[in-house]
Amino acid sequence: MSVAARHLLASAGPVSNFSWNLLADLRQMLGYAFMRNAFEAGAMVAVVAGVVGYFVVLRRTAFAAHALSHIGFAGAAGAVAVGVIPLWGLLAFCLTSGAVIGGLGQRLRERDTVIGIVLAFALGLGALFISLYSGSSNEAISILFGEILGVSTGDLSLTLAIGLITLALVAALYRPLLFTSVDEDVAEARRVPVRMVSVVFMMTVALAVAISVQVVGVLLIFGLMVTPAAIAERVCRSPGQAMLVGVAVALGSTWLGLAISWYFAYPVSFFIISISFVVYVAVRVASWAKERAVRAMAVA
Amino acid sequence: MLLGLLPPLAGELRVLGSSPRRGSAHIGYVPQGRNLEAAVAFRGVDLVGLGLDGHRWGFRVPTRPRRELPSSVTEALEAAGASEYARRRIGEMSGGERQRLMLAQALVSKPQLLLLDEPFANLDVRHQSVMAAVVAEVAVEQSLSVVLVAHDINPLRRVVDRVCYVAGGGVAIGTPEEVVTGPVLSRLYGGPVEVLTDSRGRRFVVGLEEETAHPHARSRASVVEGAVR
Repeated sequence: MSVAARHLLASAGPVSNFSWNLLADLRQMLGYAFMRNAFEAGAMVAVVAGVVGYFVVLRRTAFAAHALSHIGFAGAAGAVAVGVIPLWGLLAFCLTSGAVIGGLGQRLRERDTVIGIVLAFALGLGALFISLYSGSSNEAISILFGEILGVSTGDLSLTLAIGLITLALVAALYRPLLFTSVDEDVAEARRVPVRMVSVVFMMTVALAVAISVQVVGVLLIFGLMVTPAAIAERVCRSPGQAMLVGVAVALGSTWLGLAISWYFAYPVSFFIISISFVVYVAVRVASWAKERAVRAMAVA
Repeated sequence: MLLGLLPPLAGELRVLGSSPRRGSAHIGYVPQGRNLEAAVAFRGVDLVGLGLDGHRWGFRVPTRPRRELPSSVTEALEAAGASEYARRRIGEMSGGERQRLMLAQALVSKPQLLLLDEPFANLDVRHQSVMAAVVAEVAVEQSLSVVLVAHDINPLRRVVDRVCYVAGGGVAIGTPEEVVTGPVLSRLYGGPVEVLTDSRGRRFVVGLEEETAHPHARSRASVVEGAVR
């Protein structure tokens, strides 16, 4: 089945009517290879985004992650223009720019300006590549907003492999990465190779972004990389806990979003993003209410 | 320079009997004005643990029951008086509590030399005196030398051994009583500076209102002991 045909399938009205027999629905859902691929790729991406997202939030590099995804857009569009699968283009562009952004270091004052300038240029390139590609604009739309229902078995194994590499990198960097994230001066004095950790970490983010784009697209990457981690930051104490909760939120919203899209013919990425957003708002409201209650108690 | 991050412009520098090298576990370092608010889902014990093995690759392999901390972490927290709140999130701590936590982090690798950059900056008077007492106590108990930079000599008055007062491109070294005096400081600043002493022996530097005093205070364990007694 071509990507276009799958796209059609996903957007041609309700795929299935809601029944109260959820188990039977689930079995029917998983009867389709493209749904199975989506659930598996979504799981891998959610785990990676939850773990990497913790560090993105901790290091305050959300803008860099955002920029990486947009630079990746140029790569993906370029890949489509020359007839390669978008993931390769994403990987090439994201990894290169990730290494450069990491090399700029944490402290550089004009860092965000430099990233922004490169980001604008990359988006311009993306526009050029799209016009070079004579096919329909469906490809561009699926890069921008994600096309998890279009993950082929080949894409899936590539996604799983890249996901495992990402997790292995985070595991290998774990302590120095935490150290440089909270306390760069002391880490440097203790001989942690700060610059190297920063470069490898941004390349890890690049890998995570490249595979997350398939699920939620370039524009909505924050919903997987930042929202779950931001939720975890608010409710957790320790790094380990925060990563677990981040993964749980990312995984929950991805799978639930996929399941909902089975019944309603709207973009999967919309459901995924909305779920994590609602959880974020709920957590904010809950902590606000709790603070108010504590203050009321203190006054009384 | 003492940490081996910068080479000296001229001459040779020897710290603890060898030339300074980055990453020495013999030197504990607390830099100035660290912004730890960024670390929200991060506990005191996590920070101190990084002082122990944050420079190693990978993650700490859990060899003991989950809740138990390495003994050096517990001891460092105890020494810095930070045990009580170490399991709270760093974002929920006050400036003074964070400062003592950073001290614990510097102590966890069992250093012989402690470098503290402005340990009293942004602390209220109570936390300043608590911090000074903790530093003095640690210096005696673990017999380590402490080099610290401070703008205000008063919280340290009774625990400091030697002062190296840096101002206007010159230095004056000696005990606080010798250095923090009107004539010495007037010479350093190249202008009239007065030192007022209040009823409790605290010294206040006045004059040259546009310039700031910047004493580099140096204390050694042996004399700290004498001062504390």
